[in-house]
Amino acid sequence: MSSAASATGPAMSSWAPRTLLRRLRNGDEIAHLITLICASSILLVTSMLVYQLWVNSRLPRHEFGWHFFATSVWDPVFEHFGALPFIYGTVVTSFLALLIAVPFGLGAAIFLSELAPRKLSDTFAFAIDLLAAVPSVIYGLLGIFIIVPIMRTVVEPALKKTLGFLPFFQGPAYGVGFLTAGVVLAIMIVPFIISVSREVLLVVPQDQREAAMALGATRWESTWKVVVPYARAGILGSVFLALARALGETMAVTMVIGNDPKISASFLAPGYTIAAVIANEFTEATGDLYLQSLVELGLVLFLLTFVLNGLARILIVATQQRGGPAH
Amino acid sequence: MSMRTAWRKTVNVVMLSLTGACALVTVSVLFFILGYLVVHGGASINWDFFTKLPKPVGETGGGMANAIVGSGKLLLVASLIGIPIGTLAGIYLAEFGGRGYSFIVRYTTDLLNGVPSIVIGIFAYSLIVLRTKQFSTLAGGFALGIMMIPISVRTTEEFLRAVPTSLREAAMALGANKWKTISTVVIPAAIQGIITGIMLDIARVAGETAPLLFTAFSNRFWSPGWNQPTASLPVVIYTYAIAPYDDWHRQAWAAGLVLLGLVLVANIGARVILARRAAFLKA
Amino acid sequence: MKKTLALFIVTLLFPLTALVLRAKPAHVAPTRTPVPDTVLINGAGATFPNPMYSKWFDEYRKVHTDVQINYQPIGSGGGIRQIIAGTVDFGASDGPMTDEQVKQFKDARGANILHFPTVLGADVPTYNIASVKGELNFTPKALAGIYLGTIKKWNDPEIAGANKGVALPGDDIVVVHRSDGSGTSYIWTDYLSKVSEDWKNKVGKGTSVNWPVGLGGKGNEGVTGLVKQTPNSIGYVELIYAIQNNIPYGRVRNSAGVFAKANLNGVSTAAAEAAKSMPDDFRVSITDAPGKDAYPISSFTWLLIPDRIADATKKKAITDFLRWMLTDGQKDCEGLSYAKLPKEVVAKEMKAISQIQ
Repeated sequence: MSSAASATGPAMSSWAPRTLLRRLRNGDEIAHLITLICASSILLVTSMLVYQLWVNSRLPRHEFGWHFFATSVWDPVFEHFGALPFIYGTVVTSFLALLIAVPFGLGAAIFLSELAPRKLSDTFAFAIDLLAAVPSVIYGLLGIFIIVPIMRTVVEPALKKTLGFLPFFQGPAYGVGFLTAGVVLAIMIVPFIISVSREVLLVVPQDQREAAMALGATRWESTWKVVVPYARAGILGSVFLALARALGETMAVTMVIGNDPKISASFLAPGYTIAAVIANEFTEATGDLYLQSLVELGLVLFLLTFVLNGLARILIVATQQRGGPAH
Repeated sequence: MSMRTAWRKTVNVVMLSLTGACALVTVSVLFFILGYLVVHGGASINWDFFTKLPKPVGETGGGMANAIVGSGKLLLVASLIGIPIGTLAGIYLAEFGGRGYSFIVRYTTDLLNGVPSIVIGIFAYSLIVLRTKQFSTLAGGFALGIMMIPISVRTTEEFLRAVPTSLREAAMALGANKWKTISTVVIPAAIQGIITGIMLDIARVAGETAPLLFTAFSNRFWSPGWNQPTASLPVVIYTYAIAPYDDWHRQAWAAGLVLLGLVLVANIGARVILARRAAFLKA
Repeated sequence: MKKTLALFIVTLLFPLTALVLRAKPAHVAPTRTPVPDTVLINGAGATFPNPMYSKWFDEYRKVHTDVQINYQPIGSGGGIRQIIAGTVDFGASDGPMTDEQVKQFKDARGANILHFPTVLGADVPTYNIASVKGELNFTPKALAGIYLGTIKKWNDPEIAGANKGVALPGDDIVVVHRSDGSGTSYIWTDYLSKVSEDWKNKVGKGTSVNWPVGLGGKGNEGVTGLVKQTPNSIGYVELIYAIQNNIPYGRVRNSAGVFAKANLNGVSTAAAEAAKSMPDDFRVSITDAPGKDAYPISSFTWLLIPDRIADATKKKAITDFLRWMLTDGQKDCEGLSYAKLPKEVVAKEMKAISQIQ
């Protein structure tokens, strides 16, 4: 069968037309071509996406230039647009979310990888993976009806009483605001931190732990001072991954953040994030400069998540290579 | 025992218990969410919810039949776009790809995966809605389909790579060419994993709201065909949740329960299939 | 070499797709295969009249089973934007389109946009104060001050002075406004611009403004929801939202010095003057209207309809609906606390329908 011979032979293919037809009749070539086209369409779609974001934000880029990132005014009437309040809101809510989620997540991951018997660890990990699958709008639902009232009636007044001297906890307790958005985001990203950190901790070679214990360390000391630092690149990677997810989160945030494009020092104040303002104002931005300013915000968000995801991937791969058997 | 040792021992116990507490708290949150939805949503799920259309604003009663069907149609379009492209691209990466190009494709897929869903909504709006001058199920399905591609690529590639080389070599030794090997030996061996990947993929985009806000829009009535705006479960949950009407809140809880139920069933089902397969492979 | 072939094809894909996508001209009306039985019409816009519209379109569908009008309340800003973009068949707004927006529509769609008033409604200041269950009186200065952020507490003299005998708390006022582009906001800011020089210079009027203070809610629904859940808050919503949700709303002092209540009489009085001198394009503001009973924050709300509709079945459906709305439809208004259109306006509109080609 000549087709088999030409398929299994090395790259002896010539460009001559007569073999082209034979090669096309060969299932391999077609399969290769079709799968290649599909793979390339991913490149096509992604480049179209970036292109659209770039082209549809040309008005504010020319009008405001870099000032767009330094202005904190968002005024559709007088057509002054600035990205600062949204960048601030996105950064603050994500920072608060990490502040809450990382200790919980890392703690849980340590428990699951070091202490829990394998079966318990797997069951818990399964349950936590299910948490990661819960849609954002359902977190928003819980946010509005459960978390916001608790924040408004219990948590925020308590914070004001105890830490009210700090500028972070001043102002009225609305219930909605940066802090509440941070709490809801924390619940949403903690599963990512746990599952990735648990994986990288499990991969740390057993002899590291045993060596530490042989030197007289307690279980905790061996974990905290030897195992965790060994896996720190991967753990950091999981944090970046969680951060990238938090930055792009739209629905849950817009339902609990108060939707006010202002920069406030207080975490109890209402704010706005990039994703939330796009969701609220995109369908109604009358005027091209307004609409394109929103698209430019989308571009900023895209670039931020792009950089973070890239860093995360590098860190996680670095740990996996380090912790592998070849080391 | 010296002071220092006693201190270290105490720290040991305290910190380790704290980690246990963290794990417990996180898992409890899941059960709390489920429990709350079941309690609040469960009471509101009735026959009307699944069969009736929404009532005018301010009136009680009605249901979400159009949203449930709308979500179904959107997922159908999304699957038709996302699954073929994703799976075939995964096959390319696992079986055909050269090193350089594969790296680019993988990198771009990861990039696409990280794009916030609202940005994908902007993309689908400018690409489809503005050009067809129509909010439609197609536009919404397209946005969701793009989101399905990266996950589909990754799981297909992963499960194809997991098939042992010995199987491939055995097939080739019997005279099969590359595509025959892939289609008759490798893919069937990996099919369970690929299918679970598809299930998880669909479950993930089923709950997406942001990209639908300006593509599929919404509809108070049935949406015939594929070129009209359509209601969908996540968008209706959002609209009802931020409104002041108590009846709408009740319906939002019910819809949340239905949506979460579907997502969890798909996720648990996928794990069960994979666990059975792992046990089978070990035996 | 097969790699070269593949790469060649792939590189062709990029420019080819780009060409194909660019080739679709923006002005061509897309051919939509007509659904055999039902005419499907999509509209979007104001949340202000949404309770009325959702009832109307529901009723209309019962009477004309072959017409389905899907209306989405995304805010007046959304209605204006989407009708200009052409993604919906009609828009709805309580803030009339500005001259610039009218021109934008003409440039984008090659036709004129027509405004058709549908009902009259009112923006009411609604609040959530534990110790106040009844009506508060608001002076124009009080409302402007609260929304400018200069009046911060409920027991401020400007508010207390108008409400003698009412126990106002010393708590901070939580201001709620719209987060989306809103005609309800347009009416509110239009009124504040008329009664406060400060407001006019600092903020101005529009469907989206740079609010000095406050939380943002999405739609009239979102603002009502926020006010209902947040103690010591104040928000502006269309009357029916306050009524349907049982939250108290206040009186506002009108130009005659009377603290007027938002009701059918108050709103109709506000429209009476304007009805007599209604301009041909129906764009008019009736805030701070003269009259002893006039409620000062009243407004018409409009359907935005192009004067050229390519699809004949849609055109017939829309014009039929307009006629129904101006006759049978008006009977449902008062049940939802919207005031009927004055007869002069109805007559003028009937004539204007013929402008739709």
